[in-house]
Amino acid sequence: MRPVSPALYQTWLLSSDTGGAGWAGHLTRFLILLGLVLSLGRADDWSEIQHRGTLRWGNDAEGGAPYIFHPEGAPDQLTGFEVEFAGALAQLLGVRSEFVQFGWANLVPGLQRHDQFDVIVAGLERTPENLAKLAMSRPYFAFGQQLITRADQTNLNRLADLATGAVGVLTGTTSFRLATAQPGISVRAYDDNVNYFRDLELGRLDAVLTDSPIAQVNLAGNPRLRAAGPPTDWGFYAIGVLPGESQLLARLDAAISTLIADGTLERIYRKYGLWNQAQAALSTWVAPTENSPAAGKVRASALRQWRTYLPILLRATVTTIWVTCGGMALAVVGGGLLALTRQYAPRGFRWAAVAYIELFRGTPLLLQLYLLYFGLAEQLGWNLSAGSAAVLALGLNYAATEAENYRAGLEAVPRGQTEAALALGLSHRQAVQRVILPQAIRISLPSVTNDFVAMFKDSSLVSVIGLLELTKEYQIRGLDTGDYVGVGVMTAAIYLGLSYAASTAMGFLERRLR
Amino acid sequence: MHPLIDVRGLHKSFGATAVLRGVDLVQFPGECVALIGASGCGKSTWLRCLNQLETHDAGTIRIAGYELRAGGARDGGQLRRLRQTAGMIFQQFHLFPHRTALENVMEGPRHVLGRPRDQAEAEARKLLGQVGLESRCDHRPAQLSGGQQQRVAIARALALQPQVLLLDEPTSALDPESRDEVREVLTSLGDAGMTMVLVTHDLELARRAADRVLFLAEGLVAETNTAEQFFADAQSERAREFLRRIRPPGGAH
Repeated sequence: MRPVSPALYQTWLLSSDTGGAGWAGHLTRFLILLGLVLSLGRADDWSEIQHRGTLRWGNDAEGGAPYIFHPEGAPDQLTGFEVEFAGALAQLLGVRSEFVQFGWANLVPGLQRHDQFDVIVAGLERTPENLAKLAMSRPYFAFGQQLITRADQTNLNRLADLATGAVGVLTGTTSFRLATAQPGISVRAYDDNVNYFRDLELGRLDAVLTDSPIAQVNLAGNPRLRAAGPPTDWGFYAIGVLPGESQLLARLDAAISTLIADGTLERIYRKYGLWNQAQAALSTWVAPTENSPAAGKVRASALRQWRTYLPILLRATVTTIWVTCGGMALAVVGGGLLALTRQYAPRGFRWAAVAYIELFRGTPLLLQLYLLYFGLAEQLGWNLSAGSAAVLALGLNYAATEAENYRAGLEAVPRGQTEAALALGLSHRQAVQRVILPQAIRISLPSVTNDFVAMFKDSSLVSVIGLLELTKEYQIRGLDTGDYVGVGVMTAAIYLGLSYAASTAMGFLERRLR
Repeated sequence: MHPLIDVRGLHKSFGATAVLRGVDLVQFPGECVALIGASGCGKSTWLRCLNQLETHDAGTIRIAGYELRAGGARDGGQLRRLRQTAGMIFQQFHLFPHRTALENVMEGPRHVLGRPRDQAEAEARKLLGQVGLESRCDHRPAQLSGGQQQRVAIARALALQPQVLLLDEPTSALDPESRDEVREVLTSLGDAGMTMVLVTHDLELARRAADRVLFLAEGLVAETNTAEQFFADAQSERAREFLRRIRPPGGAH
């Protein structure tokens, strides 16, 4: 197995020895203690499963073929090599197999809550990062990292060939870590195995780096894509178990060994075309000694490694800033036009403005984002980049809100002001421009500030189209380090800094205009 | 001499409520006419018809050479020219709060008459000096007292060199001290020959500034009289009753 980040791992070993001074360390240990106390009342892990008669395993049906998917023509059934593997495993253990749907990116914290499923069977990589948070079984599958590109890009055969291109990867995977470690290239993080292939075909990405089974399924019968070189960086999938559940872990290890030895695993994998030399070698796998003691412990606070994590978070913050500032600029201009149209234009235009405002205010931003990014490309061939789609979606959505802010401002200017302007002999247009608008803007400004700050937070939604912004980076690093509190404190501090800067700048503007 | 204002058979309703039911006014240059009557008698509506902040339903209005038809002006340019020559003063001043006193007064000359900035500013300073506010040029309305604001509003109207001033309760929102300042300014304007239509409850102002009084009741002119005679010995019973009600008992007037 590939030691993904030895430096990180050693940092943990060192810091856990010193015991962790500082309030963050205390907080972490308090939380662990709290977790232990809360779990004391629980019966023994294995006998609980036996008693219940089901092995509940977590996975995400969005994972797709060949892992877990709805077979064509039977959308209410689930199949895939992991589904069959989990089934064979449960049968061997004498219990029923029960699939529990859970968002893939949050499977590990989901298991740690220990209320919905007992184990993770979901392409979980046997890495030091995961072993630091979980106990893991012996591997049940070997996979490599496969680079995929469009068939016409013949000069691209390894990650380094990408130079400054864009590569799509799955959040929190070995692919993600390999791609981010490669200098120069721009990494787009996805939450599913489907959309990066779509973006690759649309030309929004230059390559996708993914696990070999995913590559195999998506390359089959698609002449537009090709494998760029052989798979590299081999690793293993293993079952994730809660730390300390040694009885369950022992039973799982024994069962996997049996499935390998009696050919069940080979039969399943052959069915999906996944059997190869690497799978055959699983029978002789030996646990690397340097990784095993990690299981069952939580690494030291990420706060104490702020020199490592803060720059990473700040890099993602750059995306948050430009997406928000671009979106807000669009919203302010668009909202102004909408408000003026709604207030002063002829009836037909007025209705159009009202319809726009109701439509964009009354539907979720997330939906608008998907429609702009995937919908337009699909239906009209309008191939927006993720960045433009993000700015556009935020801008169009907030324009509706801004329009209503300005309307409130316009209506708050006393009627007498218009009368006084008209009585002087100013035209309607002059009255609006010179008398009404300047006053309305002053009245609206605090609400605009409010929305500006809100957009910094709403910009986290754009991660769904693969933009690596601050909240997404937090999610990834929280998962990596297992320290959602420590990374969270840093992330929150950055968000606070952003909103403070935004409101200070707007406050300056408000004073200037007063 | 031709009349500056000639109103014949003016009608105005708001929905089912008839506010003006056929009123007439002939007013010559240099004259100050006070429209007096109880609240709701239609006097403010009449004034606002004269510069078409309200459109009238029937009757003709000739004012400063412009003829205004019932139902609103069709020519926006003509309406704007009429409004610069018939300046209006409001009860609540309606100064532009985001502009200084000087900028308020310059607004008309700069953006209606298209005067160069230097000239507009010099004229505005002179006008503010005439109403006793040369030291308040750079103050915002919020920094001025009510009386000072109303005097800025008068200067703002005068800056367009109007032929007539329409005054809608110019002293009603003021404290007694400020009221005297404004009465003083308006009286001297009248003495200088400014034509004015004055809607007011302020009998002292009407007595000092007006040449003639029209007493309105229920949308009709109940009495037309010289100011002197009206306040000494009103002819109609309704006017006498109105005056009794509005005058403080044992008052000096």
